[in-house]
Amino acid sequence: MLNFRPQEKTTLVRLSNAGVRRNGRWLVRGVDFSISRGEIVTLIGPNGSGKSTTAKTAIGVLKPDEGSVERMTGLKVGYVPQRLSVDWTLPLTVERLMTLTVALKGREIEEALAATGMLHMAKAEVQHLSGGEFQRALLARAIARKPDLLVLDEPVQGVDFSGEIALYELIKQIRNRTGCGILLISHDLHIVMAETDTVVCLNGHVCCRGTPQAVSQSPEYLKLFGRRAAGALAVYSHQHDHTHLPDGRVLHADGSITESCFPGDGHHHHDDAENVHDHDPDCGCGHHTRLHGFEPPEKRDA
Amino acid sequence: MLDDFFIRALVAGVGIAMVAGPLGCFVIWRRMAYFGDTMAHSALLGVALSLLFDLNLMLSVFIVASVVSLLLLFLQKRGALSTDALLGILSHSALSIGLVIVAFMTWVRIDLIGFLFGDILAVSRGDIDIIWGGGILVIFALVYLWRPLLAATVNPELAEAEGLQPERARLFFMLLMALVIAIAMKIVGILLITSLLIIPAATARRFAASPEIMAVLASLIGALAVAGGLFGSLHWDTPSGPSIVVAALSLFVLSLLPLGRGLRAPQSLRGGQN
Repeated sequence: MLNFRPQEKTTLVRLSNAGVRRNGRWLVRGVDFSISRGEIVTLIGPNGSGKSTTAKTAIGVLKPDEGSVERMTGLKVGYVPQRLSVDWTLPLTVERLMTLTVALKGREIEEALAATGMLHMAKAEVQHLSGGEFQRALLARAIARKPDLLVLDEPVQGVDFSGEIALYELIKQIRNRTGCGILLISHDLHIVMAETDTVVCLNGHVCCRGTPQAVSQSPEYLKLFGRRAAGALAVYSHQHDHTHLPDGRVLHADGSITESCFPGDGHHHHDDAENVHDHDPDCGCGHHTRLHGFEPPEKRDA
Repeated sequence: MLDDFFIRALVAGVGIAMVAGPLGCFVIWRRMAYFGDTMAHSALLGVALSLLFDLNLMLSVFIVASVVSLLLLFLQKRGALSTDALLGILSHSALSIGLVIVAFMTWVRIDLIGFLFGDILAVSRGDIDIIWGGGILVIFALVYLWRPLLAATVNPELAEAEGLQPERARLFFMLLMALVIAIAMKIVGILLITSLLIIPAATARRFAASPEIMAVLASLIGALAVAGGLFGSLHWDTPSGPSIVVAALSLFVLSLLPLGRGLRAPQSLRGGQN
């Protein structure tokens, strides 16, 4: 671990030509990227492309077999691993989960839980949480220790589509409020891209990289995921001017909170201007299903 | 008072139950029941070597159990066989080698049943000093290691990423297991040590709201089982080890009765969705 001088933007981690080898096979090779404070870097790629390996190398869980990894001295990491299941035999409440790796003040725990909308679940056992609630609890745990670098390995797994958007919105808020660097792993490029500063597309090596827009236009990416995924990008980049609160209500960009989305809200960007419709109270906002290529059910009533 | 063999066994047994509780919780959480069994079985090899080389019995058992657990770690890293196959090989070969060595030593007569199933008559005042001294050492070590060990139980990579040292905690945990096996052998016997680790912890789970509470409850339930088992052993002239295990099992079955569920119901309501 080398010590280097802070530049105008503090570099938290820098990988230079890093590679990890297991059983005579390179899991990943030639990885170059760095993460600065306040920056979101997203790793994408198909299964087995070395995303998790790369992230673990960046935070020092794995040692690189070639190249180098430099970390800021005293770098504090908050980590949400890809797979985490708590055995039923371990009685663990959300509150107790918060202090798993470090002792915290009661106020710090409350702040982190409130930030992720999990304060009302503080006394619940983690085994009773739904997929989305569990991911929020893990995120709360990771941010409670005020890390310099937040590493999230597929944080939206097991979360439904609207929950997924809400989680990404939350991650963005965390970045904006705390100024930490974020290393995000996703198989789902078209959502992440709207928030991320740099996308690194891995497939055993760095396949392509750049700002979200640039990657979706690169031929390598199109070859990997197809045109449909790339096309979805433009739609997604418009949609984050409202947030789904954990209780099902909707927080709009102007700060107002409603029970559900307004019919014909501008931010829906429905291509069909005549498609004025009402939403179900449990919302989902029509466009969520539209993105998957389904007709919103309410259209039949129009 | 300690002159009475029964009081000595009780004091020693309660001392063991105190350390077996929290350690047993980790055995359950980490799914290491068979691993504990393997280390315990290797204790007989320790007994044989102590007779052969005229070593202190507990020291010899501790060393053999530690070596077996380190050997397992090494073989696991090489990854040729699955862990449970390795455990099966180590467990029964260590036990068998011990039995064979003992059979060769025709000049010593040992009470094999006593070693395998526990013997309350065998507890001396010196044993009590070692059990309580060693027990207090184990408790202090566990308190010190608690956070890294618990974090590594939930997820070793998370613990490592956030600056704890899960590998070191794991190593110390194995040494603590070896120590507890060495000091518990005389009371519950080699074949039954893991049940004193596991059954009280499993009983405690239903009533525990946090890992710490579960550890303390497991200690208390274990102490209760030891007391009940020893009284039964004295009364019906049964071997102490199996009697303690039967007492522990009775407490476990009691905890499954509706009384236990009644205590748990409000908690699961609170823990329910939304």
